[in-house]
Amino acid sequence: MEFTKPALEYAEIWPIIVVLAVGALGVVVEAFAVRRLRFPLQVALSLVGLVAALVGTVFVGTNLDEAAGGQARGLLGAAGSVVVDGPTVFLWGVVLVFAILGILLFAERRLENGVSAFAGQAAALPGTDAERDAQSLDHTEVYPLMMFAVSGMMLFPASGDLLTMFVALEVLSLPLYLLCGLARRRRLLSQEAAMKYFLLGAFSSGFFLYGVALVYGFAGTMDFAGIDQAVRSDTGNTALLTIGIGMLAVGLLFKVGAVPFHAWTPDVYQGAPTPVTAFMSAGTKIAAFGAILRLFYVAFGSDRWNWQPMLWVIAILTMLLGVVLAVVQSDVKRMLAYSSVAHTGFLLTGVLGAQSVGDLAAGQVTSTQAVLFYLVTYSFATLGAFAVVSLVRDASGEATGMVRWAGLGRRSPLVAAAFAFFLLSMAGIPLTGGFIGKWAVFTVAVSAGAWPVVAVAIASSVIAVFFYVRQIRVMFFSEPEGPVGEVATVTRPSLLTSGTIVVGVLGTLVLGVVPGPLLTLAGHAGQFIR
Amino acid sequence: MNDVTPYILLSAILFTIGTVGVLVRRNAIVVFMCVELMLNASNLALVAFAYQHGDLEGQIAAFFVMVVAAAEVVVGLAIIMTIFRTRRSASVDDASLLKY
Repeated sequence: MEFTKPALEYAEIWPIIVVLAVGALGVVVEAFAVRRLRFPLQVALSLVGLVAALVGTVFVGTNLDEAAGGQARGLLGAAGSVVVDGPTVFLWGVVLVFAILGILLFAERRLENGVSAFAGQAAALPGTDAERDAQSLDHTEVYPLMMFAVSGMMLFPASGDLLTMFVALEVLSLPLYLLCGLARRRRLLSQEAAMKYFLLGAFSSGFFLYGVALVYGFAGTMDFAGIDQAVRSDTGNTALLTIGIGMLAVGLLFKVGAVPFHAWTPDVYQGAPTPVTAFMSAGTKIAAFGAILRLFYVAFGSDRWNWQPMLWVIAILTMLLGVVLAVVQSDVKRMLAYSSVAHTGFLLTGVLGAQSVGDLAAGQVTSTQAVLFYLVTYSFATLGAFAVVSLVRDASGEATGMVRWAGLGRRSPLVAAAFAFFLLSMAGIPLTGGFIGKWAVFTVAVSAGAWPVVAVAIASSVIAVFFYVRQIRVMFFSEPEGPVGEVATVTRPSLLTSGTIVVGVLGTLVLGVVPGPLLTLAGHAGQFIR
Repeated sequence: MNDVTPYILLSAILFTIGTVGVLVRRNAIVVFMCVELMLNASNLALVAFAYQHGDLEGQIAAFFVMVVAAAEVVVGLAIIMTIFRTRRSASVDDASLLKY
């Protein structure tokens, strides 16, 4: 067998390489720098790396060559295993922006009196002398871990074959499992969240891998273009294909938290340190939806009639269960987690809007464009909302019980107003980004004939308004109950967290008032290349 | 075309044993071992299909999967170890502080 040395397109994939290199460099810093210097070094290194990658992404995005007869732009890099096309570059940009905001939240040290939100030493047992000794330490390994997770998130939607997609899935997940278990306070909850996330995540990636094997058995090749060819020519054993698609879907739908694979979401969102929750609620969803779009549109696009009914059912279940369970929550973080499940359903509604180019009216929003836009609006709102959650505290740390937030609007009107604004965006009230996002995904789904799903989506949006507005009412229109010490107050954060919240508010507002530029950009990203 | 049906059947059986094991076993380590069994069942299927198609991609994939599984073991055992040291138990039923 002839072996040709694969060529790497360094110029096009260097945003990923930079992030990976910074992660590796972070490990070296951790090993050799004195403890005092690690925190500033790691934060500076991560920020510089992410900004450099972002600049690179913009550069790559403006220099993409036309492909597929002008329908799309981009190229197949690394011997076909990394696809750098419009949607990829767009998702890279979005992941990097939210990773930068995530790093700012990770670096916040004023809330815990000079230390970060991560356990001083993860190995020290809770309640022992060792833990008390480690109380003043800072856990700086989180920055390299996050860099590795970000590189996985960038590779996931860019993967051009099933094997790369599986490796990216693991590179993105493994650091997140660890990050979830590193909370400084309530460590038992945090460790439990890590274990649940890990066991269920490993279980679902087992399904994903078996799906990879079956689809490979069907098509005889791993790359998406080859699978597409095999699906079109209908040569292989279609039972393998159908079961394989189902198993691949299990792995991907687990990552985005779709019903019935959502069980981990509330536990992990609640138990994980809040900066990690903020980062992963945005980042994982962006990356995994990018991967879902690529897998289902590029590899299985011609087999649409087989997978669309499955996604119909899952989208409907996800939206309904998400909002119904969110209504009965009494914890803010869990409420936001179930709302994220519901948003997964709305995003899946957008995925169902897949249509061939010929069926689209002139100037109509495509489903890729709608989903990409929705991801950005949702990420601004969720990252901002979790950033606010990290501020509302009492003596024992974050106060996430809903009743504890009573009267917050009077004590700290600005913070409560920002939180209310994020909730309104998630509810899809006009003049917020969430409204435009919902409008976009619903219209593409209706024009593709998925109107029953959209009807359910509108009904669930109405139910969702109920629990979002209830939280706003608790903050602004109810009196705090119980003794003074039990009422949560807003701790003054440093510029890092308040800056993140301001960016979230501005992003949500701008996307709600002038959505045009971002919609154009998402549309300009064009289509996936094959 | 080579007939690889027996190997695929064996891999399906192994995968099923792994899946059922994850669902019914209570010790986190055993649950994790069952996940590894699922990954190895997939490896067997990948290699068998590679043989059927006369193609090397599936065999290469099996190597990648082994590396990924090793990385997963590192992370997984670290997490299960911390849980065990704090609670003196690795049972997945005991870890039930987060619910509803």
